[in-house]
Amino acid sequence: MPIVVNITKTSALRLMIRQLTCGLMIAVNMLIGTVGAHAGEISLAVASNFLAVEKELARAFEQKSGHDVITSSGSTGKLTTQIMQGAPFDIFMAADTVRPRKLIELGYAVDESFIIYATGRLALWSPTAESPEALKMMLLNKRYKHLALANPKTAPYGAAAIKVMDALKLGSIDQLVFGENITQSYQFVKTGNADLGFVALSQLQKEPVGSYWPVPDRLHQPLTQALVVIGDASKKEAVASFLEFLGSSEARSIITSYGYTVASGE
Amino acid sequence: MSGIEMVPVWLTLKLATVTTILLLLVATPLAWWLAQTKSRSKPIFEAMVALPLVLPPTVLGFYLLVLLGPEGPIGSLIEAVGGPRLVFTFAGLVFASVLYSLPFVVQPLQNAFESIGRAPLEVAATLGASARDRFFSIVLPLARPGFITAATLGFAHTLGEFGVVLMIGGNIPGKTQVLSVAIYDHVEVMEYGQAHILSAGLLIASFTVLLLVYMLNRRSRAKRHGYLL
Repeated sequence: MPIVVNITKTSALRLMIRQLTCGLMIAVNMLIGTVGAHAGEISLAVASNFLAVEKELARAFEQKSGHDVITSSGSTGKLTTQIMQGAPFDIFMAADTVRPRKLIELGYAVDESFIIYATGRLALWSPTAESPEALKMMLLNKRYKHLALANPKTAPYGAAAIKVMDALKLGSIDQLVFGENITQSYQFVKTGNADLGFVALSQLQKEPVGSYWPVPDRLHQPLTQALVVIGDASKKEAVASFLEFLGSSEARSIITSYGYTVASGE
Repeated sequence: MSGIEMVPVWLTLKLATVTTILLLLVATPLAWWLAQTKSRSKPIFEAMVALPLVLPPTVLGFYLLVLLGPEGPIGSLIEAVGGPRLVFTFAGLVFASVLYSLPFVVQPLQNAFESIGRAPLEVAATLGASARDRFFSIVLPLARPGFITAATLGFAHTLGEFGVVLMIGGNIPGKTQVLSVAIYDHVEVMEYGQAHILSAGLLIASFTVLLLVYMLNRRSRAKRHGYLL
């Protein structure tokens, strides 16, 4: 008899669990329903120099569309290698145009998806300089222990910095220190380990300490940044809607507020 | 295809050699103290020594960058006494590597010292051997396998160091651009051929070094057992 009792007890429990699960599923369905029946997910790989902007863009886009954006950031070179090794990204926002073109050429990215989404600006920055003029004199007279820049081999901002120094005919300098990317160049200057450095103008928009000199465009190649859609992610509705959002005036004003320029009209 | 650049290779070997020598000098007294002490604070020191094993190198690198900077507490102190700047210099890499590889040298030494036990030392003391004599003629020979393991692990670990060097080195060719950073750069710009050559070289070198330790340790263990039997 005790056995029978036991069985009925378990079956009662099972029934309860089933009812609970059922209720839970309905609740979850309702929750999803309120967000939008078509909620999708985009996974976005973004060059580290653009990460702060991308986060703000993603937040605005998520609120508007109900889609989710999952962000991975890294250097353009590393992300390119990862994509070639099958990393599951839908959109790649690079820090240059070379690597996106390369991915198209090798068949990893969709040809028609190539868009220049922002143009960056280089700035020379020192937390201790009193004025942009003083900063320029520091650079021209080599009055510093260390000058930081991003690695010119791997980072477009680093290559641009070298162009600028060539254009200013500074000759060979052996006080250069190289950050892995523009973020590290900023870090070297920020921590006082380098007296001055070439950083992205966008990095100085939040908390301008000391002085900076926005380097004139004519001294280097424009720092155009392109995005591409990877593989067959172009079929995703969320991807199309994100690209559409990027062209909107809301997205454009977010991008320009960080010191980037966007191509006028499309 | 251009030849392999040897500068980062030599620099890495130099860094690993200097670091290992310094580490043996620093770690031997520390490990000896840890092996002998009955102090209650021993676990605290053991935990501190082991920290680099578990901390991401970026944490160590970040703190070093901040602490050693001209405004950081250590950096400003060194600057005040007229010492060199440690960030972006070879000396700085050595300093960081000593910290980073410390557990790899202290732990094998401590184990070796502890496994000697008190008996041989007490016997020697009753026979009139001084503390110094006991250390050099008993502890050092008996702890030889420990020293070999410690030196090799310290050397090999420094060879493969990356995160800390990347944070405080500044990637200066000939000064702070070590092998792992050079490989990283090659991968970044998709020069896979160069990356392959340097990576394979590092892999083979590391394996050879480790193989050597295990072989040496096996032999000395066999020898010791031979005596005991």
